[in-house]
Amino acid sequence: MARFSARALIANALTGNRGWTPHWPDAEPKAAYDVVVVGAGAHGLGAAYYLAKEHGLTNVAVIDKGWLGGGNTGRNTTIIRSNYLYDESARLYDHSVKLWENLSQELNYNVMFSQRGVMMLAHSVHDVQSFRRHISANRANGVDNEWLTPAQAQAYCPPLSIAPDARYPVMGAALQRRGGVARHDAVAWGYARGAAERGVDIIQNCPVLAIRRDAQGRVEGVDTAKGFIRAKKVAVSAAGHSSVLMESAGVRMPLESYPLQALVSEPIKPVFPCVTMSNSVHAYISQSDKGELVIGAGTDAYTSYTQRGGLHILEHTLAAICEIFPVFSRLRMLRSWGGIVDVTPDRSPILGLTPVAGLFVNCGWGTGGFKATPGAAHVLAHTVATGAPHPINAPFTLERFTTGRLIDEAAAAAVAH
Amino acid sequence: MTAARVAGYGRIDRSRKLGFTFDGRTHLGHPGDTLASALLADDVMLMGRSYKYHRPRGPVTAGSEEPNALVGVDRGPGRYTPNLRATTIEIHDGLKAESQNHFPSLKWDFGAVNDMMSPLFAAGFYYKTFMWPKSFWRRVYEPVIRQAAGLGRPPKAADPDLYADRYAHCDVLVVGAGAAGLAAAEAAAISGAKVMLVDEQAEPGGALLAEIRVEIDDAPAQGWLAARLAALNARANVTVLARTTAIGLYHQNLVGLVQRLTDHLAEPPEGAPRERLWRVRAKQVVLAQGAIERPLVFDGNDRPGVMLADAARTYLTRYGVRVGAKPVVVTAHDWAWGAAVEMARAGASPVVVDARDTVSSALLAEAQALGVEALTGWTVTATHGRLRVKGVTANPVRGAHVGAGRRLPADAVLMSGGWTPTLHLHSHVGSPIAWAAEREAFLPAQTAKGVRVAGAGAGAETWADALGEGAQAGAAAAADAGFDAAARVYAVSEGLKPTGRRMKEMASHLPSSRQRAFVDFQNDVTAKDIRLAVQEGFRSIEHVKRYTTSGMATDQGKLSNINALTIAADALDKEPPQVGLTTFRPPYTPTTFGALAGHAKGKLFQPTRRTPIDPWAEANGAVFEPVSQWRRAWWFPRKGESMHEAVLRECAATRERVGLFDASTLGKIEVVGPDAAEFLERIYTNPWRKLGVGRCRYGLMLGEDGFIRDDGVIGRVAEDRFHVTTTTGGAPRVLAHMEDYLQTEFTDLRVWLTSVTEQWAVIALNGPRARDVIAPFVEGQDLAPEAFPHMSLAECRVCGVPARLMRVSFTGELGFEVNVPARHGRAVWEALWAEAQKHDGLAYGTETMHVLRAEKGYIIVGQDTDGTVTPDDAGIGWAVGKAKADFVGKRSLARPDLIARGRKQLVGLAVEGATPLEEGMQLVDDPAQPVPMTCVGHVTSSYRSAALGRPIALALVENGRARMGETLHAPDPALGPGGARSAVICSPVFYDPEGARLDA
Repeated sequence: MARFSARALIANALTGNRGWTPHWPDAEPKAAYDVVVVGAGAHGLGAAYYLAKEHGLTNVAVIDKGWLGGGNTGRNTTIIRSNYLYDESARLYDHSVKLWENLSQELNYNVMFSQRGVMMLAHSVHDVQSFRRHISANRANGVDNEWLTPAQAQAYCPPLSIAPDARYPVMGAALQRRGGVARHDAVAWGYARGAAERGVDIIQNCPVLAIRRDAQGRVEGVDTAKGFIRAKKVAVSAAGHSSVLMESAGVRMPLESYPLQALVSEPIKPVFPCVTMSNSVHAYISQSDKGELVIGAGTDAYTSYTQRGGLHILEHTLAAICEIFPVFSRLRMLRSWGGIVDVTPDRSPILGLTPVAGLFVNCGWGTGGFKATPGAAHVLAHTVATGAPHPINAPFTLERFTTGRLIDEAAAAAVAH
Repeated sequence: MTAARVAGYGRIDRSRKLGFTFDGRTHLGHPGDTLASALLADDVMLMGRSYKYHRPRGPVTAGSEEPNALVGVDRGPGRYTPNLRATTIEIHDGLKAESQNHFPSLKWDFGAVNDMMSPLFAAGFYYKTFMWPKSFWRRVYEPVIRQAAGLGRPPKAADPDLYADRYAHCDVLVVGAGAAGLAAAEAAAISGAKVMLVDEQAEPGGALLAEIRVEIDDAPAQGWLAARLAALNARANVTVLARTTAIGLYHQNLVGLVQRLTDHLAEPPEGAPRERLWRVRAKQVVLAQGAIERPLVFDGNDRPGVMLADAARTYLTRYGVRVGAKPVVVTAHDWAWGAAVEMARAGASPVVVDARDTVSSALLAEAQALGVEALTGWTVTATHGRLRVKGVTANPVRGAHVGAGRRLPADAVLMSGGWTPTLHLHSHVGSPIAWAAEREAFLPAQTAKGVRVAGAGAGAETWADALGEGAQAGAAAAADAGFDAAARVYAVSEGLKPTGRRMKEMASHLPSSRQRAFVDFQNDVTAKDIRLAVQEGFRSIEHVKRYTTSGMATDQGKLSNINALTIAADALDKEPPQVGLTTFRPPYTPTTFGALAGHAKGKLFQPTRRTPIDPWAEANGAVFEPVSQWRRAWWFPRKGESMHEAVLRECAATRERVGLFDASTLGKIEVVGPDAAEFLERIYTNPWRKLGVGRCRYGLMLGEDGFIRDDGVIGRVAEDRFHVTTTTGGAPRVLAHMEDYLQTEFTDLRVWLTSVTEQWAVIALNGPRARDVIAPFVEGQDLAPEAFPHMSLAECRVCGVPARLMRVSFTGELGFEVNVPARHGRAVWEALWAEAQKHDGLAYGTETMHVLRAEKGYIIVGQDTDGTVTPDDAGIGWAVGKAKADFVGKRSLARPDLIARGRKQLVGLAVEGATPLEEGMQLVDDPAQPVPMTCVGHVTSSYRSAALGRPIALALVENGRARMGETLHAPDPALGPGGARSAVICSPVFYDPEGARLDA
């Protein structure tokens, strides 16, 4: 596979771009693999990439029911940050941010990781307390996060309204400068190209129907639309549909799947230099390099597998956006869409071993899995290759819901009093 | 002058002139004109620049699918809207429009240098470069890319306009008021059904507005249209909404409509809403969205002056504008011949270049009769001109051979690749489409329940079919909505059914790599980009779209999808249905944020909840803090006082004498029924069955996971009636949690829940003089300590109004909470306030409340707990009924990790130094350790204590209760590198540990 470089680009430009070859070949399934990864999102493709690159496992297939990167990888708002409260989360997400920082060079594929900073707005005394706790905990963990006054927040994000008489005035903000956004499709494509280059088979449009176990209970492969595929190990990385697949292996997952919506505006000239989030007002927003404002909306109240949500969710989201950024009221929503997010009781992922020998899982990312892509893929590959979790994903077990050792980031942001 | 207004055509009102500006130049148009038609009438063809290559562009369409002619419209500060389509903007006097995405001007744009470098900027080029040196991405490449990208300029000021929204229900909603939609609406309306007919255009009629040859029911189409509309408008059961776009179809026939109310007015009425969002729940929906003409893909097909054939016909017949005197019509479909004929009748001299070898003799004869030259079996291989097309090169095609070119002069090129049925809303709810091979189009395969597709969207190709199918759909919809309906038949005079051929790129002697044949005009995606994507392994149409950005422009692929699909399918050697289309997503056309936000703006974004005592607090100078949806009095400063000084004063006065506190925001739920006690028994950790009437108890609520979710005092008003209080922010969650269990788990219990938060005003009196203050106002209850001890509840009268009086305390002082009906709240407060003055008492706010409770070690759920804290962690294990058979969370409390050693426990901190710690500070044993540090806990609450004269804090610390007297450190970067504060672990009860003051 040709290396991408400025030279290659110029050479091809002069020869009608005839020299470019497929980024990844379309593969037909073989009868057996050492590892089958179910789900060709960036998480699954990344795991295959690291299996091949770091563990020498190349007899690997990544199988998807549709086109690669077509699930939540291609549907999210691409926010990347690691300013999580608990040590376990901070380590996992910061591991990821560190991999993001070199990912374009690592993959020889520009994933456009843009560390433009992620700013979270505080609108109440409770928010202030909560953010200061986050900042303090992040600092102890070596994760950058700093407190901004309202004026500093507006300087960092000029369209922000800091009017003191706003319904929810901005009382300050927490800024992680290393946070940012990336080009979501490119992450899937780059990992696919890197994995395929190392011998991984990427099999699209091939739904996995069930995970098959042998008489001893060990995984023996997957039944697919293209027949049975034998596998010594199976890693499920199927986001909203993980629970259905795991059920076929006899493992009941503590997951609920909800439609989560997002939207973009029409493209406009640069106006929004960072990522801004407001948990209290329920808005998060950035501007893509193309010029579109990328806005995350909420989940529907009911579980569903339809990749679309209710109109009222968009109304609430845009009311919140216009409240914090009144100058955006005349911009126009170009496109809205939905994805299915798999949510665990503590809103943290399940990443690693399962009770079934040879079966591994990476799921439960809820609304925030994109940022973890390289880190999660990396430690999942480690777990699959060695049969034991990496220290970073060791706490993210399925058993924690039995033992009670939860990692409850959502609760940490809970509002009561 | 090549494009010009011609006499005898159009629906415009030529008797009136409207003045407007485009890029500062003044133009005149007529009522009925769009910005595009009025500019074309002035021979302005250049209206925009493309996104990537900044190529000069003119309008391609006459409708909302326009990708090129995007302009900004300025209606004054905060009212600037970028990226509007000139083809849909109704002109009015004083309209100010400007072109966009160029520097320095529309005619001379430096950005066009991109165009010269286009071989370098092929599809996906940016994934392959800008990676070296690494730091340049952030500092050089991305800023440059961002500056080059984007279309219009962003608005700079806040939008001053209002937006309205409303709900509506109807029997039959018809989307699209063209022929099919009108017939559907008419059929449904006659049956008596409640009908809504909506259309995105300024006037209903759809394509009929441009139809001047056909007769319907023996009347000219225009006259027929006017009569039908008049009849529909006259009916009480019909609502016709123009300028109203159905943006999306959602679950269970909810249709979102956006109605533009004032954009077309020169002087909008003061205070009138600019747009209105309708949420229509329709029993039946008929989608009659019509079809969109497809461009042809050939080298130079984007030059200004190249447009869709039907757009040119529409400019002529609807707006009276002939877009060229020497048009070349390039087509593979019969429809464009009609445009050629119409142009010829209007005095132009068209040449038709048809890619098909044979064309119906009737068409040829009609063309010949008007002197139109026809070249069949020809192709177009180039267009000429810079800012405006000047000619085309047409070549004969024999099999695979493209013959020598012939240059045809042209001042307009009218193209037609056939029609694409519009199925956006149909697809929004996931309904499938199927490839109809004979029609070479995707048509609805199966519609959702209560949804029908009619007219061109369903494949109709003639007026008669559109009207007939529309009428049938309307009648069937009305019948399904319960009305007796029948479809009528319309008599239509029209010619042959037009046919055509779907095309990939038009034949050329040039290789694809040397052509600039555009598929997605706005995003500058060419046919060779699509082929390159396939060459590079992007085989799914979704990948092709994402890699090339085809279909991602502001028209969302309305013009480009089928051409992109056809070319990709050709490159893949597959049939279109094997490749498929990308998913249509709402909205149908771009929709302003303001319209979707509706009235939820400023003070109405979320109404601020205020207590009955709030006006008093405001009058008395309170500073407020937002607490969930409420605002609460935070502290009551006296002149020149800081928050710190005010709070110390309020604390001292309350501990020494008496303080009044507005506790009305506390959540209150009336739990009633024969099984009320049993219900609370299951929901709360504490025992409730034996709580006597007239007694209160602290209630603790856990989640299923065993962690603290809420707390509050609960009083038993009667055997079957409890007064439950919750935290302020937790009230809705607690009620939902209770209802959830009641409706799904405890269905055996006869219990009813009512939120009464806003029915009661709550006044808390705390301090040694509290009884003295309240006693004079209480009737029907003896307040003596023996008669009304701590944790008592009585229904009595206070200040002559019915009250629930509780003797409870959140300060550690003698305390009463008076609940009175909200309407009496302020009067009772003022009476108590006046009485408190006699005791040198005062009012205090939430900050003082926090300090006083922290001095007593009382937790605030959500501050001292965070959803990971068990009752034992919080030091309130006593609130868990050990003998209880079950309660929500009981099983989880026995999980290994919840009873493990090393859990974080709530402790007090005796802080060293005069200033309080910062809430949220992490605590470590060794402040000198390297990062990442091992943290043992964090500060949850921190205040200056007036009673103790020093700062205090509460903290969650690992094994904290076993570490009394040990010193912890809180790293504090404000103290310099490695700096830290110190504090000694102590009991969380700092004040009156025996609790003697409570029982005073």
